[in-house]
Amino acid sequence: MRIFQYLINGISIGSVYAIIALGYTMVYGIAKMLNFAHGDIIMVGAYISFCVTNYLGLPAWASVLAAMAVCTVLGILIEGLAYKPLRGTPSLAVLITAIGVSYFLQNAAQLIWTSSPKNFTSVVTMKPISLFDGQIVITGEVLLTVGVSILVMVGLTLFTSKTRTGKAMRAVSEDRAAAQLMGINVNRTISTTFAIGSALAAVAGVLLCSTVPTLMPTTGSMPGIRAFTAAVFGGIGSIPGAMLGGILLGIIETFSKAYLSTQFSDAIVFSVLIIILLVKPAGLLGKQVQEKV
Amino acid sequence: MNEYSKKMLKVPTYTLLREQDKDKQPVLDVRNLGIDFGGLTAVDGFNITIGPTEISGLIGPNGAGKTTIFNLLTGVYQPTRGSVLINGIDIKGMPTHKVNKLGIARTFQNIRLFTDMTALDNVKVGMHNGIKCSFASSVLHLPSYYRSEKQANEMAMELLDFMSLTDVADQKAGSLPYGVQRRLEIVRALATNPSIILLDEPAAGMNPSETTELMHQIRRIRDTFQIAIFLIEHDMNLVMNVCEAIAVVNYGRIITKGTPDEVRQNPAVIEAYLGREEGKTDAEN
Amino acid sequence: MAMKTLLKNKTTRTNGITYLVVIAVFAVMQVLNGAGLLGSSVKGYLVPICVYISLAVSLNLLVGICGELSLGHAGFMGIGAFSGIVIAALLQDTIPNDVMRLLCAMVGGGILAGVVGFLIGIPVLRLRGDYLAIVTLAFGEIMKNIVGNLYAGIDAQGFHMAISTSKMKLGEGGKYIINGPLGATGVQKLATFTMGFVLVLFTLFVVQNLVNSKEGRAIKAVRDNRIAAESVGINVTAFRMKAFVVSAFLAGMAGALFGLNYSSVTASKFNFNTSINILVFVVLGGMGNILGSVISATVLYVLPEAMRGLQDYRMILYAVVLIVVMLCTWSPKFKEKLSIVSEKIKSLFWGLFKKKEAGTNE
Repeated sequence: MRIFQYLINGISIGSVYAIIALGYTMVYGIAKMLNFAHGDIIMVGAYISFCVTNYLGLPAWASVLAAMAVCTVLGILIEGLAYKPLRGTPSLAVLITAIGVSYFLQNAAQLIWTSSPKNFTSVVTMKPISLFDGQIVITGEVLLTVGVSILVMVGLTLFTSKTRTGKAMRAVSEDRAAAQLMGINVNRTISTTFAIGSALAAVAGVLLCSTVPTLMPTTGSMPGIRAFTAAVFGGIGSIPGAMLGGILLGIIETFSKAYLSTQFSDAIVFSVLIIILLVKPAGLLGKQVQEKV
Repeated sequence: MNEYSKKMLKVPTYTLLREQDKDKQPVLDVRNLGIDFGGLTAVDGFNITIGPTEISGLIGPNGAGKTTIFNLLTGVYQPTRGSVLINGIDIKGMPTHKVNKLGIARTFQNIRLFTDMTALDNVKVGMHNGIKCSFASSVLHLPSYYRSEKQANEMAMELLDFMSLTDVADQKAGSLPYGVQRRLEIVRALATNPSIILLDEPAAGMNPSETTELMHQIRRIRDTFQIAIFLIEHDMNLVMNVCEAIAVVNYGRIITKGTPDEVRQNPAVIEAYLGREEGKTDAEN
Repeated sequence: MAMKTLLKNKTTRTNGITYLVVIAVFAVMQVLNGAGLLGSSVKGYLVPICVYISLAVSLNLLVGICGELSLGHAGFMGIGAFSGIVIAALLQDTIPNDVMRLLCAMVGGGILAGVVGFLIGIPVLRLRGDYLAIVTLAFGEIMKNIVGNLYAGIDAQGFHMAISTSKMKLGEGGKYIINGPLGATGVQKLATFTMGFVLVLFTLFVVQNLVNSKEGRAIKAVRDNRIAAESVGINVTAFRMKAFVVSAFLAGMAGALFGLNYSSVTASKFNFNTSINILVFVVLGGMGNILGSVISATVLYVLPEAMRGLQDYRMILYAVVLIVVMLCTWSPKFKEKLSIVSEKIKSLFWGLFKKKEAGTNE
């Protein structure tokens, strides 16, 4: 029975990783950059939600909407101010700028909200479901997280395959120059991608802090790195890959903590990542691209 | 697509060896070479024998598989069928850098120079395996380092001079004009001390006078270094004037082999290039 | 004559300038120190600055010259630091001379980091680009995780090492060298500024010599065009490996010096953020530019320390400076604007100068 409980917990935290990883994957696929500040946008989203419920006394759904709105604007601003001027430069330059943005967000959060941890109240009010005489407990957070992540994945898949903007995104990700020649506004498409990715990050932030209720300026960085590895795990650039990678990562993490070793769970998770990349260098669902000679 | 294999003329099995190459081991001996990508057969049943000082050409319409054949010969791709022998040694399973050490060097259709390095350094990279200097000596700059560097410099300059490139020795390879870059690639290939070099469209992007110059240089390379040259080229003037033997491929298969005159008059070649009445657009693509 | 041709060579000249700058700065610092003009806080920066210069230069070999993005350089630094501390503690009685012991610790730390680099390199160097980056990141985290749970100590029976408290049994009078998450405690501070200076010189010597040899050319060739490099007989994997191992070795040496500069060190010091900081030094100093790495490591290490007075605003300012510098140095638009502004200033200056001249004539 316990194994099922661990599985549920793993899927739950994995779903959070999956939502963050979706943001990473989209931005990587389209802008070809590792947006290291993505994890910190999660943190900002969680703080906004926290402030809206605690200081303004608004209901949970309003706080989520507010967080999404703020993060969307933030994402577009960051992209426009810090990343757009560097378009076409080596990816390393953009990476370092992203790190700068990450430092900026963390320290700005520290200035505004101080470094002392805040106690995040979960957005879920539902009572946990107890099965098999309490041997398996499914909390409302678990249901919400899994539900939202599935919704997001389906939504994104439909969006990229059905809508005009979504198709433009795929075209830009495939070949930026060709897309431009076909009359696609590349800059706007990339901005849209950042907006969507950041809105997702806000959702992920609220879900993350509902599951793990301590909120600090550094809250986003470790899940950010984890989710990034999840995206690579599943094959960066692929939407189902990010989902699969996130959930697998969550399960591996929970199981290694439960059955192998608590101290070495980090080492185990990252070792699995290395092994997967060695066996499948483009990730689980990634496309292997052969260089043309 | 397989229509051609049915209608294919019988490929002559003899090679056109020059008098001086007779009784010598061929530098390149390719037997029944083939590769499939997924379900698609890109090259099949490719045979060729090249003598130690032969200039031969490989022609065929676009997409016929010429560059794929070069990639097979240099170990970039591993063949699905058949074998490639360089100086009598089978390259099966060898990575590209080992294949190069057997004595085969190449240039690329889409020029692949080390763009951030000077022309001289490009040539010196080509000489890499010929420079005798240990890792320790390189790190510590022992006397043998200075000696070997000096030698390498002199030799590289000589090679550059051979293709009249001494003027651009200190310029970044990426900043050179197209035609110069093509010649520099040939020099870099020569620097590996090969017994055969493969030239992938050496005249592409060159103006007529540069092409004429290139024709002289190709002959001069063979005569000076006594090596074999195998080239892919669309400029028929160059191919017909420089090559002693020509192989024609289409759809990954050899249609014919022979002297320039034989190839020129072969109906299958004309068909491959110009197409039959209904297949005209095919050839034009 | 030989000297003349040497000076003519541009690379030899830049290398010479790098050595001269480093030696001059060392001399100035020594004089200032001798005159008692250096505050204790500034003195405290000297060794870490040397360490970070070495780390930046060694990472530049990998990132700038070989073109492989590594996000786990701090992992090698950590291996060097902890093995250096252990080696120094073990040799306490065998080698009484502090300098010799430090040297042994540094070389030992370097070798161990190099060996680990080699072992990791075998599977990992098959990957390229961003995938290599993520794997080096993973490696850094694994190292931090393992070292953070490592126990080592000596007692009458000799040296003991384990990865959990329960398995770690030290006899009477035994002493912990590394104590799990608490890290290494009670470390004897052996590091000196002079040794830091020697390390920097050694790192520069190795990296610059390597870059200007046939090995360096091959490494650059692999970065510029992998397929072409293979086609001229260069074993690409071997050269990426060489760059990786040399870089890890130098990082290990720097790590050992770093570890022996403090009385206690924890594994969390060698985390992702440290790797990133070193990478920032390299990128801001200029990819492949060795002197640039030296300068940027120094400035960027001192900058946040110098801004301590600003307290909470310190890191936020650092972040802004980082972003602005990146935009100014890389963005084509910013560059254009910058050149226009500098032109204007120049013409303004010249204008004033000419007016003045005209004025004096009257």
